[in-house]
Amino acid sequence: MIPYMASSFNNLGDFLPMSLTLEQVRRVAHLARIEISDVEARSTLGQLNEIFGLIEEMQAVDTQGIEPMAHAQDVAQRLRADVVSESDQLAQRAAFQAIAPETEAGLYLVPKVIE
Amino acid sequence: MIEHSLQAMAAALANKEISSVELTQLYLERIARHNSQLNAYITVDPARSLAQADAADARLARGEGGPLTGIPIAHKDIFCASGWLTTCGSKMLSNFVSPYDAAVIARFHAAGAVMLGKTNMDEFAMGSSNETSFYGPVHNPWDDSRVPGGSSGGSAASVAARLAPAATGTDTGGSIRQPAALCNLTGMKPTYGVISRYGMIAFASSLDQAGPLGRSAADCAILLNAMAGFDERDSTSLDRPAEDFSREINATSTAKPLAGLKIGLPEEFFAGGCSPEVMQLVEAAIGEYRQLGAETVSIRLPSMGLSVAAYYVIAPAEASSNLARFDGVRYGYRAPDYQDLNDMYCKSRAQGFGDEVKRRILIGTYVLSHGYYDAYYLQAQRIRRLIANDFASAFQKCDVIIGPTSPSTAFQLGEKAADPVQMYLSDIYTIAVNLAGLPGISIPCGFAGGLPAGLQLIGDYFTEARLLNIAHRYQQANAWHLQRPGGFD
Repeated sequence: MIPYMASSFNNLGDFLPMSLTLEQVRRVAHLARIEISDVEARSTLGQLNEIFGLIEEMQAVDTQGIEPMAHAQDVAQRLRADVVSESDQLAQRAAFQAIAPETEAGLYLVPKVIE
Repeated sequence: MIEHSLQAMAAALANKEISSVELTQLYLERIARHNSQLNAYITVDPARSLAQADAADARLARGEGGPLTGIPIAHKDIFCASGWLTTCGSKMLSNFVSPYDAAVIARFHAAGAVMLGKTNMDEFAMGSSNETSFYGPVHNPWDDSRVPGGSSGGSAASVAARLAPAATGTDTGGSIRQPAALCNLTGMKPTYGVISRYGMIAFASSLDQAGPLGRSAADCAILLNAMAGFDERDSTSLDRPAEDFSREINATSTAKPLAGLKIGLPEEFFAGGCSPEVMQLVEAAIGEYRQLGAETVSIRLPSMGLSVAAYYVIAPAEASSNLARFDGVRYGYRAPDYQDLNDMYCKSRAQGFGDEVKRRILIGTYVLSHGYYDAYYLQAQRIRRLIANDFASAFQKCDVIIGPTSPSTAFQLGEKAADPVQMYLSDIYTIAVNLAGLPGISIPCGFAGGLPAGLQLIGDYFTEARLLNIAHRYQQANAWHLQRPGGFD
C-alpha cells in the first residue's frame, strides 16, 4: 500500500466543488500518487467537473435519519483466529516474489528512503 | 456441436461422440480463425488448455464426469489463474502471471471444465464499451464497427461468435448484463455475496459480483451451480446452504408455466430515456410474458434516478482505495526511470494506468478526502439505502421487475469514448441493481436494425433459480437467444 501521510489529507480547499480548480486536481493527483502534467491536469479538470455536475444531484436529497448502506445483507465482518494459515511459507514467498520488479534475500527492493 | 447447449455438450462427451480434447481443439481453431477480427481474447494457451482437456477425458473415462467436465470455458481476464497472464486489461498488470487461482477458477477446475483462455475487458472493469482496455477495443460480432458493451466485452463477444461455449464475467454496474444485451446473450449477476470474490481483481468491492455469460438461461444455471458457494477467504461471501439453480428449469412445464407470476413494471424504466426501437421490443417481450400466464403491475422506484450519481461516488471511492495496491513494488508495472521512492510510485501509476482508471482514482480520492467524506461517500451510501428500500417496497407488489437492460443497442466504437458522462449513462438501468445487491439477468428480446436488444429481469435477494426459470420459459417460447451473427463459420 502507498503510505499516505495523514497531514496531506488536509487543506484541499474549503469550498464545495461545483467546480474544481486546477490546483485541486494537482493536489488530488499527488494524494493518489499519479504524476500529472499541466496539459493532463487541464483536460482532466474539465472532465471531472462534468462528472461532479452529475454527482451533485445527490446533494438535493434529504437523507436525514437514513442509515448508510455498505452491504446488501448488512452482515457483520467475520473474524478469524490470528494464526498462520499458510503452509510451505518459503515456497509461497518465492512464488510471490518471482513476479516482483526487484527482490533480494526475500525482501522487496525500493529506492533508498533514508539518507 | 457449437450450437449444442451445455447439457447437450456434456451428453456428447459422456456418450463419447466427442472427446474434450477434440471439443477444445474445435474452439481453439475457431479462436485462431476469428479472434483477430474481434480481439475478444487477451491470452490463449493451447498447450495448457489441451492438457486440461486431456485430464478431463481421463476423468470422463473413469465415469467421474459432472455437468461441466471437459467443457471449455473462457474467463474474463479479471480472474487470477495460476500460471496464466492475468492483466485485468491494464498495462499495470501486463507482466502479471498469477501465482494462485481465484475461487471461481478453482471451482471450474474442480468441476473438470477446461480453461479456454482469458478474455479482453475494460481496464480494471471500468467502462461500458470495452474501449478502455490496454489491449485495444473488442468488436461486436453483430457489427464490427460497434462496441460489444463492457466491461465483460471480450467474454460476450467470444460467446456470441461461438469462440467459447460460455464465459465468466463480473458486474459492478452492469458489466455482465449490458454486454449480454448488446451481443444477444444471457448474462446474470447474482445476489451480492453468492459467488466468492477471492482472486477476482477488485474494482468496487461492495458492488463487484461475478456471474455467467451464456447462450441461454439453462446454460447460465449450470454455470452458476459451479460458481456459487461460500468462501471464507472473501469476507463478504454469504454462508448459505448449497442450491441447485437449475431446479425450477428442470421442473415439468405446463401450457401456462408462469401462471400467477406478478411482473412489476417500474414507471421510471418506461418514462423515456430509452430508444423507441428497444422499448418496442421490451413491450413485445412483456406481451409474450402475459401469454405465458404472467400478470403485470405498475410499480415505482422513486430514488432510481439517483443511482448513477451515487454509483459514481461509491465505485470510484472504493476503486481509489483498492487500486492503491498498484505501487510498482510487489508486482505489476514499475516505471523504468525515477528519482526516488515517491517518484517511482507517481511515474509507475501514471504510466501503468489508462485515462479512465486515473479519472476514477482521482474522483475517488477527492470524495474520500478530508472534509468531503460526509457530503459524498456517506450521502451516496444513504441514497444507496433509499434505492434498496424502493426495491424492497416494489417486491411487496410483484415477484420480478422487468425493463430494458440498456437504453440503446450497440453504439459505434469511438461514439462515446471522449465523453465520460454519456458513457456512464449507458448503465442507467443496471446500476441500481448493484447498489441494492439484487440478482439481475439480461436475456435477448429481439433485434432493431440488425442489432440485438436485451430484456432485464430483476429479482428479490436469492431468487436466482426463479429468475433463471422465468428467463428460461421465455426462451422456450421464442428463438431470439438462438440467433447468432453471420461470418464466423
